[in-house]
Amino acid sequence: MNLDDLADLAEQYRAIDANVEREVRVCMAASCQSSGAAPVRDALVAGLGESQPSCKVKGVGCMGLCSAGPLVSIADRDGSLEESTIYRDVTADDAADIIASLDGPPVERLRCPTDQPFFARQQKIVLENAGIIDPDSFKGYVAVGGYSALIRALSEMTPADVLREVTDSGLRGRGGGGYPTGLKWSTVAKMPATQKYVICNADEGDPGAFMDRAILESDPHRVIEGMAIAAYAIGANKAYVYVRAEYPLAVERLQTAIRKAKRSGFLGNKIGDTQFSLEVEIRLGAGAFVCGEETALMASIEGLRGQPRPRPPYPAESGLWGYPTLINNVETFANIAPIVREGGDWFASIGTERSKGTKVFALAGTITNTGLIEVPMGTSLRDIIEVIGGGIPGGKAFKAVQTGGPSGGCIPAQHLDIAVDYDSLKTLGTMMGSGGMIVMDETSSMVDVARYFMEFCMTESCGKCVPCRTGTQQMHGILDRLAKSQATRAELALLEELCEVVQATSLCGLGQTAPNPVLSTMRYFRDEYEAKLGDA
Amino acid sequence: MPPPAKQPNVRVVTLTIDGRDLSARADETIIEVCRENQIPIPSLCYLEGLSVWGACRLCLVELAGQGRLLAACSTRVTEGMQIQTNTEKLQRYRRTIVELLFAERNHVCSVCVSNGHCELQHMAQKCGVDHVRVPYRQASYPVDSSHEMFRLDHDRCILCTRCVRVCDEIEGAHTWDVMGRGSDCRVITDMAQPWGESDTCTSCGKCVQVCPTGALVKQGTSVGEMVKDQHFLPILARRRLAQ
Repeated sequence: MNLDDLADLAEQYRAIDANVEREVRVCMAASCQSSGAAPVRDALVAGLGESQPSCKVKGVGCMGLCSAGPLVSIADRDGSLEESTIYRDVTADDAADIIASLDGPPVERLRCPTDQPFFARQQKIVLENAGIIDPDSFKGYVAVGGYSALIRALSEMTPADVLREVTDSGLRGRGGGGYPTGLKWSTVAKMPATQKYVICNADEGDPGAFMDRAILESDPHRVIEGMAIAAYAIGANKAYVYVRAEYPLAVERLQTAIRKAKRSGFLGNKIGDTQFSLEVEIRLGAGAFVCGEETALMASIEGLRGQPRPRPPYPAESGLWGYPTLINNVETFANIAPIVREGGDWFASIGTERSKGTKVFALAGTITNTGLIEVPMGTSLRDIIEVIGGGIPGGKAFKAVQTGGPSGGCIPAQHLDIAVDYDSLKTLGTMMGSGGMIVMDETSSMVDVARYFMEFCMTESCGKCVPCRTGTQQMHGILDRLAKSQATRAELALLEELCEVVQATSLCGLGQTAPNPVLSTMRYFRDEYEAKLGDA
Repeated sequence: MPPPAKQPNVRVVTLTIDGRDLSARADETIIEVCRENQIPIPSLCYLEGLSVWGACRLCLVELAGQGRLLAACSTRVTEGMQIQTNTEKLQRYRRTIVELLFAERNHVCSVCVSNGHCELQHMAQKCGVDHVRVPYRQASYPVDSSHEMFRLDHDRCILCTRCVRVCDEIEGAHTWDVMGRGSDCRVITDMAQPWGESDTCTSCGKCVQVCPTGALVKQGTSVGEMVKDQHFLPILARRRLAQ
């Protein structure tokens, strides 16, 4: 198959719905479903009936503004989210009004303006299909140009060409570490081995993060396509998606996507009539935070207890069953198809000098617009929180934003103007992480925040190494006593020392970064710790 | 003329440890080179003859030019490495780690059958731990005396997994394993059934001999009798490899 054949195929798929002029898109991602999207869709389907063949109800992926769900958008067949009419907080009872308004002015009482910064200020690469295509429809994905990057890579590019584009793009790992993706790929590609593996890390477990989940639920084929391109570039023929079992909808959509891609010849043997073959399998994680750590993740895939092992050797050298293995995050893979399609230079023109492209963030906590956003790297925190996020509700003042989950830290108001990228966040003692942002207002106690994250790390510690297993527990104990105003100044000093020891001596990233929420809150809100001292 | 000498496939490297110039094979780890040269490196989970576990973190060393500490047991030597094994910072970290271990379970030496022959106790003395600053957890774990020859006391266990590894790698029975998460981790026999009811245990006693503390002991022994012998392990491991 070449690109022309694929274009013909896309045209055929588009022709199936040639009579459809407008689409009523209902968000069927997990968040909107949990606030009742399914009955809305059913009511719209029932209400519309056969009366308007030019209009079709379609279940789509995440539209972003989760706090206003269930969301419904009315768009022209190829219309983008911004060009459509979006309705918020829709119930099944509203279906009749929405249907009645299809030929006239929109239903004002439900309307969610699309010219507001939440929609207008975003730039979508990873999420370009989210909220537009039906995630369960293979044909829908191909119709919007899906799999063209894979076919282009297979038919017109050598693996070295693919590696060059990815390297040129400047893409860095979106799982949090920010390791250059091109470098990781070429390292695995250079390893002489008979067998190599690709792993997609979809074990998202940070409190407040749902980026990977939304990507998988909205555009699963995109992730598969990225993995297939990676496998071609490094010379692998077997890939795993390690996804947590707590994401049943994402797992189900991924399964459907893999099955349909395989049936259509985009996975399996001789993909696109080339010599390239790839099997993709799903591995369900039982829900251990440490299994997001790459060596623990591989142990879990191998059927062992999910515990990390010392690195080096890195997975690129000795990974799954001792073979060279490429592990990337969901969002990293979701960036690959556009990079191959548009070229690495195009991607590198977006973002900042050392952090290219866009980043998906999950806005959570006390913020007006909670949900999923995608903005270019280098967007200021103030823009993200006050403009796109709509600021703090209820007239309260902003206090801090927690980024990077349990491995990250809190950023106070005085640093809101910082441009968000991997390196700038590190200078503030926090990190990008996978992109969770928990916004806190003036009523939040920073000691409580630190205690919450320490409790998370304590209960999620795998128990292998001593500093993480028992150090986090002792730290949690001190924070607990602090929160109850029972701790002494000596205990506060001990807490700081434990932070240093756990950070410096733990075996894996979970333990090494566990003290970060404590250290960063102490750095910016030390007065709160002092005020909580029992002997103050 | 003799045939050209066959090139060995392992290189020899030179490095400095605590200012001493040493040579080593490139496939050796830092801890192996240190032990060869009588440079003391504390460790509880590492045991010659067993696979490297890297969990006790007591063997961490400093490498010049690198901020992150390296575990001597799991890091191979490379040419030109400059290693410090006993800086003030490392001593402080090691003390804290030993304190954390003491506070995690009820390590009360005076009523332990391994008193005087315990690696944890010895480590505390070596690291200068004369008191524990963090509170004892006071968690109460059961004692498993169901085996006719041996006894397991979870309260004395430091989760070094030497028993798990020796049973799997040397004895080949894999009776032992670990269950749970965080500090709730505990070693188990078979599917967490009493040791005495284990179908796979061969009663070889290797686990008892390699256990660094009084967690695994022989039944009915006195403090003077419960001396553990780990010298058999490197010999056994080498023989296994030779076969």
